[in-house]
Amino acid sequence: MSSYKIIDHEYDVVVLGAGGSGLRAAVGLSEAGLKTACVSKVFPTRSHTSAAQGGISAALGNMGEDDWRWHMYDTVKGADWLGDQDSIEYLCKEAPAAVLELEKYGVPFSRTEDGKIYQRPFGGMTKNYGNETVQRTCAAADRTGHAILHTLYGQALKHNTEFFIEYFALDLIMKDGACKGLIAWNLNDGTIHRFRSHITIIATGGYGKVYYSATSAHTCTGDGNAMVLRAGLPLQDMEFVQFHPTGIYGHGTLISEGVRGEGGYLVNSKGERFMERYAPKAKDLASRDVVSRSIAVEINEGRGIGKEQDHVHLHIDHLDPKVIDERLPGISEASKLFANVDVTKEPIPVVPTVHYNMGGIPTNYKAEVLTVNGSEKTVPGLMAIGEAACVSVHGANRLGSNSLIDLVVFGRAAAKRAAELVKPGMKHDEIDKSETDRCLVRFDKLRNSEGSNPTSELRLSMQKTMQSKCAVFRTEKTLKEGVHEIRKPFEGMDSLSVKDKSLIFNTDLVETLEFDNLIRQAITTMDSAYHRKESRGAHAREDFPKRDDENYMQHTLSWCSGSKTKINYRPVHRSTLTNDVQYFPPQERVY
Amino acid sequence: MVQFNLPSNSKIQKGQYYKDKTGSKNIRKVNVYRWDPSKNENPRIDTYEVDMDNCSSKVLDILNKIKNEIDPSIAYRRSCAHGVCGSCAMNMNGKNGLACTKSHSELNGDIDIYPLPHLKVLKDLIGDLSTLYKQYESVEPWLKTSKISDKENIQTKEDRAKLDGLYECIMCACCSTSCPSYWWNGEKYLGPAVLLQAYRWIIDSRDEDRKERLKKVADELKLYRCHTILNCTNACPKGLNPAKAIAEIKKMLATA
Repeated sequence: MSSYKIIDHEYDVVVLGAGGSGLRAAVGLSEAGLKTACVSKVFPTRSHTSAAQGGISAALGNMGEDDWRWHMYDTVKGADWLGDQDSIEYLCKEAPAAVLELEKYGVPFSRTEDGKIYQRPFGGMTKNYGNETVQRTCAAADRTGHAILHTLYGQALKHNTEFFIEYFALDLIMKDGACKGLIAWNLNDGTIHRFRSHITIIATGGYGKVYYSATSAHTCTGDGNAMVLRAGLPLQDMEFVQFHPTGIYGHGTLISEGVRGEGGYLVNSKGERFMERYAPKAKDLASRDVVSRSIAVEINEGRGIGKEQDHVHLHIDHLDPKVIDERLPGISEASKLFANVDVTKEPIPVVPTVHYNMGGIPTNYKAEVLTVNGSEKTVPGLMAIGEAACVSVHGANRLGSNSLIDLVVFGRAAAKRAAELVKPGMKHDEIDKSETDRCLVRFDKLRNSEGSNPTSELRLSMQKTMQSKCAVFRTEKTLKEGVHEIRKPFEGMDSLSVKDKSLIFNTDLVETLEFDNLIRQAITTMDSAYHRKESRGAHAREDFPKRDDENYMQHTLSWCSGSKTKINYRPVHRSTLTNDVQYFPPQERVY
Repeated sequence: MVQFNLPSNSKIQKGQYYKDKTGSKNIRKVNVYRWDPSKNENPRIDTYEVDMDNCSSKVLDILNKIKNEIDPSIAYRRSCAHGVCGSCAMNMNGKNGLACTKSHSELNGDIDIYPLPHLKVLKDLIGDLSTLYKQYESVEPWLKTSKISDKENIQTKEDRAKLDGLYECIMCACCSTSCPSYWWNGEKYLGPAVLLQAYRWIIDSRDEDRKERLKKVADELKLYRCHTILNCTNACPKGLNPAKAIAEIKKMLATA
């Protein structure tokens, strides 16, 4: 592979991805005096954190009494007891400080009458262990993610973080089970870059694009997850895919849960507020898996709206236009653009849409990547944060506004842990040439594909299979078919067609590399779903409608080599981190 | 009289014509600017016949359709597909905008798609925004405050409202690359996108560096190359008003 120009770099830490978590980690690392590189395939403010709307959860108590323990209980329950409670304790306890820190960085939060950070109600967020709705979700109108992302980019500039922008990461460099850096392709000039680092932090986000209809950006292809699989390490809980209840019908654009937080409600074709039947207490503010399933049942039972009776309506036309203008301006804009709806007069047509991956790279609460080899072990030199990681704080279902807080709390935790492990200027290990060769052989092979299957066709086939066989409701039959069908687009890569052979901004090749990443995650998702014979959170099996704590209060681990997977399990952590809070034992989950 | 000549490699040539293969009765011609840095060729315009019966409503849907079904080599940036990331800014029928929010039904006749004007082209529709990003960095887009407290800064609703119309900027560069002044002095004039960002921090009640910030932009070239042409405000796909932000900065300096 001598034909590629390779440029070498040495850094104390390399962060892969420049969304909310990657930037927060980069800021902390730079503050700690570590030589840090932040590598991203898009300019930082293009990252998908910018699309987060409703807010970021933290028990600040600005709108009435609140307690991080209540937040923790809600998160444990939202996760359907698949979350690790030590990590959830860490998340909820650290959350208020993390939000205040963002405010000090300059995030333009909406304000209360007395000038504090405004907080709104959100699904599953309650007072006093499930008793009544609490206002815990801190908001910058309905553009909270955008505001946080731009602010964090500013902080990274302030701290002189070194960015490598529009670099597409190819593979991790591994040596004796430890990570020693990564290899990336510079789209701007076509060169290959080898980053050696003591710690590599993966912050590449989710992989929503394995589905046909998703609120995810085109760039949400889980590149870091796939790099981990190729390094022979497992991904965790991949079967747990969150369908957001309210994506715009026909287009998939997200309509924030903040809309229901501010008083919006769902209706079926009979004009019924059907959520009252499914969640008598929380109604439209039940957690997302519950609301999405309820919509799916309404549609399946013939009470959907429209010619095809395949969606429902979300109303906010009863709200004061001033409230809409102040708190939900982005929603008005998106509804106009993508549904041609004036939200002050008409309802928004919505349908459950793939939105978030609870699964990902297994880590502990310090962001260190885990694997199982006999027992739970950390992988030296490798960390993961944000949606790419599975800490697991979201378990089987994430609560709305818990993702933004996950980004900053664990972004910060990763930087803190890295600063403990690495001293500035430590010497780098020699790495074997074979790692680079292996990576470039794959790259070169894909680039020079001369077969007959365009990447776009294989991707479409994968997306349609995921959409029909691994949806809101799943059965043995659909999953078994899915396990078989999802391998076809993988096999299609044997005769792949890549027309563009150039190296500068070759987006044909970028999409092919992304597909190669996606398909491995699609396979592990399908296989993990097939093997979990219970219903828990976002994983709803019609043939196993009950949660089975005896057999499945465990994290699924899936390894993937070619199209072959290996499935194993590791127990959920059943203890808290400190004595500040008691372990919440499993209960029946009703809203 | 002085004669200006464009360098010969900047002349745009006629490119390939991709005829419809679907037999559709509802065809639209889409002309796309193409340039490949790895080939020693002039830029060209390729024309694609696109079946509009099976195409969603936005210009980005057309581009995705071309890339997926006709010509995978076409290069453009895209990410969120709903107007929040700012990746797919380009020039469509002579006007800058986001391909993902621009409805093709609003464009008349054949559709002409070009990169944002006056940027160095990296490939096809991908322009080089590195100068703009450096200028953004130069306004120090972070909060400066000396207060140390473990509570949040207090900001009244009224003061917070001053950030509306500013913080929403997605840095797509539609405004700056529509500005003749920025075309002419792009290296020195900060341009509407960056000045709007500068004003976002100047006007933030929590920031203690207002005077310094104002002093830093009060420059013949950085600021006063704005001649209130207002192309910026006209171009902004988010409905923001960079021209007003610039006017506010000038006003603050004039009354300081």
